[in-house]
Amino acid sequence: MTALLKVENLRIELTTRDGVAPVIDDLSFEMNAGETMSFVGESGCGKSMTALGIMGLLPEKVGRVASGTILFDGEDLTRVSDARMREIRGNDISMIFQEPMTSLNPVYTVGEQIAEVLRRHQGLGQRAAWEKAIALLDAVRIPNPRSRVADYPHQMSGGQRQRVMIAIALACEPKILIADEPTTALDVTVQAQIFDLLRDLGRETGTAIILITHDMGAVAEMAERMIVMYAGRKAEEGPVDQVINHPRHPYTKGLISCVPHLMANLSEERPELTEVGGIVPGLREFGRDACLFASRCDMVNDKCRNARPPEVAFKGNQASACWFAEKV
Amino acid sequence: MMNFITPLLQRTLYAVLLLIAVLVLNFSMMHLAPGDVADTISQSMGGADAETMDQIRRDYGLDQPFFIQLAKYVGNVLTFDLGYSFFYNQPVTTLIAEKLPATLLLVITSQLLALVVGVLLGVYSARNPNGIASHFVTFFALFGYAAPVFWTGILLLIAFSLKIPLFPVAGMSDVTISGGFFAKALDIARHMVLPVITLSSIFLALYSRLCRASMMEVLGSDYIRTAKAKGLSEREIVMKHALKNSLSPVVTLAGLQFSAVISGAVLVETVFSWPGLGTLALQSILARDTPTILGILFFSALVVIVGNLLTDLVLRLIDPRLRGKT
Amino acid sequence: MSVEDEKIEKARSPFSEAFEMFRRNHAAVAGLIMLILIILAGIFGPMVYAGDPFEMVWAPFSPPGQEGYLLGTDYLGRDLVSMLLHGARVSIAIGLSAALITVLIGITVGAVAGFYGGLVEEALMRFTEFFQVLPTLLFSMVIVALFGASLPMITFAIGVVSWPAVARITRAEFLRIRELEYVTASRASGVSNGKLIFGVILPNALPPIIVQAALMVGSAILFEAGLSFLGLTDPNVVSWGQIIGSNRQYILDASYTVTIPGVAIFVTVLAISLVGDGLNDALNPKLRQR
Repeated sequence: MTALLKVENLRIELTTRDGVAPVIDDLSFEMNAGETMSFVGESGCGKSMTALGIMGLLPEKVGRVASGTILFDGEDLTRVSDARMREIRGNDISMIFQEPMTSLNPVYTVGEQIAEVLRRHQGLGQRAAWEKAIALLDAVRIPNPRSRVADYPHQMSGGQRQRVMIAIALACEPKILIADEPTTALDVTVQAQIFDLLRDLGRETGTAIILITHDMGAVAEMAERMIVMYAGRKAEEGPVDQVINHPRHPYTKGLISCVPHLMANLSEERPELTEVGGIVPGLREFGRDACLFASRCDMVNDKCRNARPPEVAFKGNQASACWFAEKV
Repeated sequence: MMNFITPLLQRTLYAVLLLIAVLVLNFSMMHLAPGDVADTISQSMGGADAETMDQIRRDYGLDQPFFIQLAKYVGNVLTFDLGYSFFYNQPVTTLIAEKLPATLLLVITSQLLALVVGVLLGVYSARNPNGIASHFVTFFALFGYAAPVFWTGILLLIAFSLKIPLFPVAGMSDVTISGGFFAKALDIARHMVLPVITLSSIFLALYSRLCRASMMEVLGSDYIRTAKAKGLSEREIVMKHALKNSLSPVVTLAGLQFSAVISGAVLVETVFSWPGLGTLALQSILARDTPTILGILFFSALVVIVGNLLTDLVLRLIDPRLRGKT
Repeated sequence: MSVEDEKIEKARSPFSEAFEMFRRNHAAVAGLIMLILIILAGIFGPMVYAGDPFEMVWAPFSPPGQEGYLLGTDYLGRDLVSMLLHGARVSIAIGLSAALITVLIGITVGAVAGFYGGLVEEALMRFTEFFQVLPTLLFSMVIVALFGASLPMITFAIGVVSWPAVARITRAEFLRIRELEYVTASRASGVSNGKLIFGVILPNALPPIIVQAALMVGSAILFEAGLSFLGLTDPNVVSWGQIIGSNRQYILDASYTVTIPGVAIFVTVLAISLVGDGLNDALNPKLRQR
């Protein structure tokens, strides 16, 4: 089976005041149809940039794909025309965002905002699209969809708005749904509901989901495979259970140790919760031929500071970019 | 739907109160100003003796207490009786009704022109912030503020009426033109070009600058990113999702300009001898025709108030978040 | 460095910072230089060109540059240079004093409304709204027509119709500042209301008011020009708008009698608005970043 999405040697550059920085540096991964995959890492690690790169929505005039390919169903998204990319967006690949409060247009009804994408991609008429919008609101479990469809976003709560966003994203039954921190701005109780919804709907429609998050707990709950990103590079990749059980990168290890219930599952005695000391390096550091985690790593030596570690493969499709991957 | 109408009713009620306040001010000014109707009438008769003056004062109720006179005045105006112009020998209401259409034509056309062109320029320059249109907007904003509107009008008159005779010098229509409705409409349109451009020049710059700013802000917002993620075309994103949101501040500003538009119209009408309320106001001021002056002041306040109500309505139509707010 | 010095250093820094920002704004500095030149011309010009600007000195409609009359003569053969210099004095004087009236009324109404809130605020803001309903120029025309076209009355008429904008800005600033900690602190320590308004809050509310006041001078000049263009001015005093108004019938013969005074108004108001923009950027750096 060929992969649904195959990203190879992707390099995305951002022009900043200090010059050009590779916010995504030599990233490769594959994803199969119907799979749920998670991108993890702190803010500023390039998770969202990867998503925007796939969507062709990099900030205009500032960001660009410098090299590499994004093969979707055999089509290289870095080379297709703008018009073709617009046909794919919202139809074959769709995306929901972190801020449900501001991601919907305040001056149109939620029904119109769902129906619009159906008219655009599925060629539905006004009435058919509106009926489908009602059905979608029902599918995302909004009560009284027939009366809520004419509501404006300001008449809905944050959780409801995110449900509407999901309805828009899933309206055309896309092959891939990218969810960028979909619950960060929501209450904890609502977070769980949104995750349940995403998982159930993903299964029903056979949509592959890319979940971008900094929350290891969410990853453990939702995803089958995960990629840990650090400073624009892939730090580690592998099946979720396997990585959580035995991380092969000090950064992954640090992230896991921040989450209490994951640790509780792993061992009988409660180990001390730790945090990853230090911060993600500035964009100026991004291109360097070194391990960018070196400044925060307790296993660091001169090698780490002077050469970028290659990816080391482990059994069970796990891989880690660390000079000491075997020892972690 | 109810929460849409109730605040509008409240606003209308408040508007009526404002109008009555204008009347009180009008009447007080008339009372405070030196000279009264009797003086005016005696002037138009070529002088009168004290006895006749007293007789006139009694006839017009000028000997009665201030508040009784005021109440009568307010009552009269509310039945569309703004008094009688001794200079024109006509009821003021008739005079104003004759001149109002010309002024409304000028004012509405130039506001629409300023809004449409201003918004188009604003949208275009927001998408090309370093383009020629954007620099034009910046330059024009300074010019539009600093150039006295009557001077702009005279410059246009010199350029496009006298040096290059494209448009008529003055008036609203040419009496020698005969023909059907279209011939007459075309004639009026030709007369309108320069006054309308002059009057809109003040506001065009204002609207385009604000529209550019709000458009740039809107284009960076999250829901525009959502619209892009939906696969909508650039055109749909700008004209449907961004435009409606960036219009609110422009419409709000335009609503605040009604008073300035009428002030500008007085000057523009004078420059182009446009037969509207502005020309009438100046003539009646020079003739010391107090009832007409105050009638015009009242009527223009009415236009401003109605304009504000309409603005309020339009804003509620544009932005659903405002509906139901008082 | 003593403690005393340090205090002074700190107290002065926002102003020197604002000054520095203004100085770096080339357009604003150019506007300021233009403005100073115009004011100097208004003060000293009439001394150089002593005598009556209404006097007929040469044949009417002599174009600029001929017979020693730099800008030519108007329809009554009056020297345009002399009229412009005398007019500068009137325009600037009325502009400044009308703006002063505007700011005084505006600050008083806005400060009282913003400070006391409640019914007082409601009443004052309705009052302000009432004044915004009357078309400014028409209203001042009526005042001048009913009460006489003397310079003080014109100044008063301009001031009395223009203050609502200042009142609104002042009120908004007061509403914001009165909730800040240092105001609460002063209130708690028993400072009187009058002192709170004028001694504590007003100084901190000034930056946007100063900017608005600068722009008010520009609009007052435009306003006066409009009134005198319409002929509603003291007929014995020259002003720029009046030169245009009285000459406009003769634009076919001598368009310069209308264009040149217009340039004077335009340049003056342009200079003021450049300075105003510069002040805005210098005094409200946060707004500029938006």
